[in-house]
Amino acid sequence: MKTIYMDNNATTRVAPEVLETMLPFLTDLYGNPSSAYSFGGRVARNIRESREQASALLGASPEEVIFTSCGSESDNTAIMSALNTGKDKAHIVTTRVEHPAVKVLCNELVKRGCRVTEVPVDRKGELDMDRYKESLTSDTAIVSIMWANNETGVIFPVEEAAQLARSRGILFHTDAVQAVGKIPIDLQQSAIDMLSISGHKLHAPKGIGVLYVRKGTKFSPFLIGGHQERGRRGGTENTASIIGLGKACELAADRMDEENTRVKSLRDRLERELLNRISHSRVNGGGAPRLPNTTNISFEFVEGEAILLRMDEFGICASSGSACTSGSLQPSHVLRAMGVPFTMAHGSVRLSLSVYNTDEEVDEVIDKLPPIIEKLRAFSPFWKPEGQACASGT
Amino acid sequence: MWEYTDKVKEHFLNPRNAGEVKGANAVGEVGSMACGDALKLTLKVGDNGKIEDAKFQTFGCASAIASASALTEMLKGKSLQEAERITNQDIADYLGGLPKEKMHCSVLGRQALESALSNYRGEAPKEQEGKIVCECFGVTDREIEKAIRENNLTSVEEVTNYTKAGGGCESCHDAIRELIARVREEEAPAKRPKLTNIQKIRMIEETLEREIRPSLQQDGGDIELVDVIGNRVLVASRGACAVCKASELTLTHFVEAKLREMVWPELVVEEVPK
Repeated sequence: MKTIYMDNNATTRVAPEVLETMLPFLTDLYGNPSSAYSFGGRVARNIRESREQASALLGASPEEVIFTSCGSESDNTAIMSALNTGKDKAHIVTTRVEHPAVKVLCNELVKRGCRVTEVPVDRKGELDMDRYKESLTSDTAIVSIMWANNETGVIFPVEEAAQLARSRGILFHTDAVQAVGKIPIDLQQSAIDMLSISGHKLHAPKGIGVLYVRKGTKFSPFLIGGHQERGRRGGTENTASIIGLGKACELAADRMDEENTRVKSLRDRLERELLNRISHSRVNGGGAPRLPNTTNISFEFVEGEAILLRMDEFGICASSGSACTSGSLQPSHVLRAMGVPFTMAHGSVRLSLSVYNTDEEVDEVIDKLPPIIEKLRAFSPFWKPEGQACASGT
Repeated sequence: MWEYTDKVKEHFLNPRNAGEVKGANAVGEVGSMACGDALKLTLKVGDNGKIEDAKFQTFGCASAIASASALTEMLKGKSLQEAERITNQDIADYLGGLPKEKMHCSVLGRQALESALSNYRGEAPKEQEGKIVCECFGVTDREIEKAIRENNLTSVEEVTNYTKAGGGCESCHDAIRELIARVREEEAPAKRPKLTNIQKIRMIEETLEREIRPSLQQDGGDIELVDVIGNRVLVASRGACAVCKASELTLTHFVEAKLREMVWPELVVEEVPK
C-alpha cells in the first residue's frame, strides 16, 4: 500500500538533495571541525556555509545562528537565557496555544517561582492583542509567542508583537518551527530577538535545530561545555545534520513560492471538497490568516482516533486533536483555547501538506475520507440519519 | 500510536452488532460527547430471561468501539444472571487486553450494561448516584470506588486509566488518593489470608525474580534464596552484592521492604554466611 503522507506539521521526509549533501559527512568526512589539521578544518568550512544558508533564509547574519539539537532545545535555551540574563525579572508572557516545548517549560517555571501570563486567542484562533499589550510589565523578562500554530496553521502577528515588546525593553522570542520555509521571514527588518527552527519540519533530518539570537542580545548558554558555536552551545557539532539543515534551508527558500501557490491550492481544494462532501464539518482557524499547507477540520459526532485509524487502513497519515490522540483525556489545548465545542474538538483531523504531495493524493483523500466519517456516524449515538443530528453533550 | 491487539483492531474495523435493536426492552446509555466517549446499548430480553439480541451505538475511539462490539457479542444468548456477572476485565480479556490508558473503554461497557439491566428491571436510571469527585469528567465517588475495588487499583494514574477521573484539571487527585486509601483499608483484612508455607515460598521466589533481582543485577549484584523458615527468609548475596559493604543496607531497606510489601508484613531477611 502506498503511503499518503499528510502530516507534515508533525515531521517531514528528508529531501533527497539534503540526504545527498549529508552522506559524505557520515562516511569519509568525519573529521572534528575543531581540529587543527585540514581534514577537520574543511568540515568547519562546510559548517560555515551551512550557517550562511540558514541565516539567508531568515534574513539574519551567520553569526546570529546557533545550531542546536531540536526546536525544543532552541525554545528552552531562549527562555532560560532571558531569565538568566534578565536580572531579577521573573515574568514570562506567552499564549494559551503554544507548543509543549514552551507551554510545559513555562508550567515548570511557575513551580520555580516565575509568573506566567498566557494571552488568550479568540474563536478564530487569533491572538488577543489588547490582552497582550496589557500583559507586558516592567517585570517581564521575555515574551515567547509562536509564529504559526502547529495544529491550526493560524499565523500570529509576531512582528507587531515584537515591536511592542521592544518599545518596553522586553526580549522577544518566537517559536517559528512551523512558519520557516512557508512564509517569508526577514529578521533584519524585525524586532524579534530570538527565533527557533526545527530541521525535521523542513525536510532536514530529526535531531537538528537552530536558535537565532540577534547580535547584541544578552545570552546565557543552556548547554555548557566546549567552545563550539562560539561558546553559546557546547558539544561537538552534529556535522552531517548541520550540513543537511543548510541545504534544507536553501531548498526552502527556493520552494517558498511553490508552498504558497501549488501546495496552497492542493490544501484549498482538499478542504473545500471535504467540507462539501461531509455535512456537519468545519475548519478550525479557517477565518484567520493561515499557513498555506495546513487544514484542521472537525467532523461532528465522531471521534478523531477512530477516523485516523480508519484512514491508516488506506495508508493516509494525518493527526487529530481528539483526547485519545492528545495523550491525555482532554482534547487539544489549542482547540479548547479557541472555544471549539467538545462535540467538534473530539472529531478534529489535521491534514498538513508539503511540496511532495500530489493532486492524485488529494483525490484519494477526498475519495476515502467521506465514507469513513459516514460509517462512523452510522453507529454514533448522537448522529440522526435524517440529518437532524442533535448534540446532547454540548 | 496505541498498541492495540489484533482482536481490538478487528472489532474496530468490523464492528459486530452496530445499531439499535428494534423493540428493545433493555436500554443503557452512558457517557457524553463532552467526555469524548458515549455508549448506547440496546438489548432484547426474551421471555425465558435470555438476551436474544444486543446492539450498540458508540461515539469514541477505536478501543471504545471495539469494547462495545465485544460486549454485544458476549451478551448474546446469555441469561440475565450471566450477563450481570460480566466485568470490565472480562470485556478487556475478550479483546486480548487493552492498553492500560484505555481501560476506561471497558468500564464504559460495563456501565452501559448495568444501566441496561436496571432499565429492564424497571428501575429509575441510576445516574448521579454518589457525589461527583471529578468535575471535568463528571465521575462520582461510587464509580471510582467500584473501579478501585473491581480492578484492584492502587494509584491515581490507574484510577484515571479506568474511569478518566483526574485526567483533566487534576484538582481532584487528593480526593482520589483518599478514596484509594479508604477502599484499600476496607479490603486489607480480607486480602491477607494466612499463607501456607508453599504459597509463601512461591510468592517470595516470584517477588525476588520479578521485583528484586533485576535491579540488583543492574548494579552487577544478585541474590539467591536459600531457605524459608517461618518468617525468616534466608538469602545469599552474589556478584557485587557479596563484596559490597552496603549490601546489609540493601538487604533490609530494599529486599526486606519489598518482600514485606508484596508477600507478608512480618518477613525478616537474613543473610547466610558464605
